Amino acid sequence: MKKYRTTGLLVLLLIIFIAFPLVFSNPAVTTIAVFALIFTVAATGWNIFSGYSGYIALGHAAYFGVGAYTITLLSQAWKVPGGYAPFLLLPLAGIVAGVFAIPLGWIALRTRRHTFVVITVATFFILQLMAYNLKGLTNGSTGLSLPIPDWSGDFFNLPFYYVSFALLLIALAVSWWIRNSKYGLGLLAIRDDEDRALGLGVKTEPFKLIAFVISAFFVGMAGAMYVYFIGSIYPNTAFDALFDIVIALMVFLGGLGTLAGPILGAVILESAQQYFTLQFGASGYYLIIYGVLFLAIILLLPQGIIPTLRKRWLVWTASRGGGGRGSLATTPITPAKKREDTLAIEGKEA
Amino acid sequence: MTGILEAIITGLLTGAVYALMASGLTLIFGVMDIINVGQGALVILGAYFSYVLSEYLHIDLFLGLIITMPVMFGLGVLIEWAFIRPLKIDRTMLSILVTFAIALIIEGTLSQIFSTDVVQLHAWYVDASLQIGSFYLGYIYVFGFLLSLVLLGGLYFLLYRTKFGRSVRASMENRTAAELIGIRVERVSAITFGIGMALAAAGGMAFGATTAFNPGTHYDLISRLLAIIILGGMGSLRGALLASLGMLVVENVTAFVWSPIWASTVFFIALIIILLLRPQGLFGQVEGRKQ
Repeated sequence: MKKYRTTGLLVLLLIIFIAFPLVFSNPAVTTIAVFALIFTVAATGWNIFSGYSGYIALGHAAYFGVGAYTITLLSQAWKVPGGYAPFLLLPLAGIVAGVFAIPLGWIALRTRRHTFVVITVATFFILQLMAYNLKGLTNGSTGLSLPIPDWSGDFFNLPFYYVSFALLLIALAVSWWIRNSKYGLGLLAIRDDEDRALGLGVKTEPFKLIAFVISAFFVGMAGAMYVYFIGSIYPNTAFDALFDIVIALMVFLGGLGTLAGPILGAVILESAQQYFTLQFGASGYYLIIYGVLFLAIILLLPQGIIPTLRKRWLVWTASRGGGGRGSLATTPITPAKKREDTLAIEGKEA
Repeated sequence: MTGILEAIITGLLTGAVYALMASGLTLIFGVMDIINVGQGALVILGAYFSYVLSEYLHIDLFLGLIITMPVMFGLGVLIEWAFIRPLKIDRTMLSILVTFAIALIIEGTLSQIFSTDVVQLHAWYVDASLQIGSFYLGYIYVFGFLLSLVLLGGLYFLLYRTKFGRSVRASMENRTAAELIGIRVERVSAITFGIGMALAAAGGMAFGATTAFNPGTHYDLISRLLAIIILGGMGSLRGALLASLGMLVVENVTAFVWSPIWASTVFFIALIIILLLRPQGLFGQVEGRKQ
């Protein structure tokens, strides 16, 4: 019974996602939807590393930017016309981002916790400075432009929407597979207690690095998609310090280490951001509102929407007499659930 | 040759100002185990406070610190109480997001009030310079250096010669144990955060007088400050001091020998090389497993 219900829900979601741009065909709406989808890909990718391994990386804008510059430079070098062809460059952009992530991730992963966070930020700034300074390659702050598809107004957003959606499905499949594999179990063990995991025979270093590279791959593809959709690239849009933190916030909002959390968080926050940008332009109000939103989310929902809802649901079904499938007694404790408990204990003593 | 010497001297003098800003950051980290990524924005806020006082009320920059430092101290205590203290779960990571949100709000408010045009603080000693041998050195660099010396000396006295300082150091060493022996760690945290902000205000004034800034400058600033405290070893005041001086000298010399546009890149690359050799930073302790 439960299995059918889950499958039904997934099919329903799939239909909603596919039908959305056809039902709400207003370009203003579909533009927001495309941005939101691109960020769901990035957030899902980020979560594969940070959500599962517990290492919070705040420099993934570096890989977003590398992917973005890769698609730009390749389509210039190979004279790729606008249209469907640049989409074929997306995997390449992801791979280049992944290749960049190997040495950078290796360096950063020699450290832990706070130091790791700061090293990732530092690698981001190095790459951003390079984008500004290597003028021969990136044209500096003047920026570059990408091929423009000759699709007409109403149709324009649809290819971007469906390709992004396909990327999301791939990212989600990888994320799901890792979550349910022995490899993913190793990552979760690292999150809970890295030294113990090492003692139990988890090869922590390659495990962490592989996850880092996979997440950079997806974030790089999202970056490539993003600049192709926008049509131009500048060092400060490709390597955006705000992105570093926004991506983390999306995942925190939805639920760190969950499958659906990053998607939910990205859809909510990115739509909100696009809406605010439309409303207030680039003025200071937009930053203020965004900051206040951040604070509200973290202070009110520190565990994220999905874990909070799950907990509420469990309490609710248990209080209705229990014994059913949702009761606390019969629900197997998942690693994620366990993590919440340990976190709660750590929080009390900290 | 004199050029390099000049670069080294300027590096040391500005390095002291960075030490002022970084010491607040590393102190907050040591006591509260959080990274205040809003420190850069708070420095800029301090710089704008000084800007308003000197431009509109015609109060001397250094005299104005008597007003801005207490105000920023109060603001720091308020921020700690309102936004950091409520974090109970996973506070290490959530505090990064919270302080970043504070930075965004400050950036947004400042750009709404002052626009994003670049400004700089002015006073007679900002525009005049001292001639030493064949090169000129702005008075502000010397004054900023002296200010840093006085404040860092005061901080040293507070931490190592007073009862409050002892409770701060106890909280840095072991939060839980400090609480057990009756130190009110939450109060210590709030005051530490306030001190960090007061130092940011002073640092902001000295920064704003030597560098043109706008509300967006905080990204650049915080990335440098983070690099400095990581290099020095997180939570180590001595490390922050030495790393500030060292990094700023490296940056200035690179700017002179090579090119200013690569100066900050070298700064970060030096950081990475040093961390490859010594992941805990110069004076940091090896991060053991969590108990």
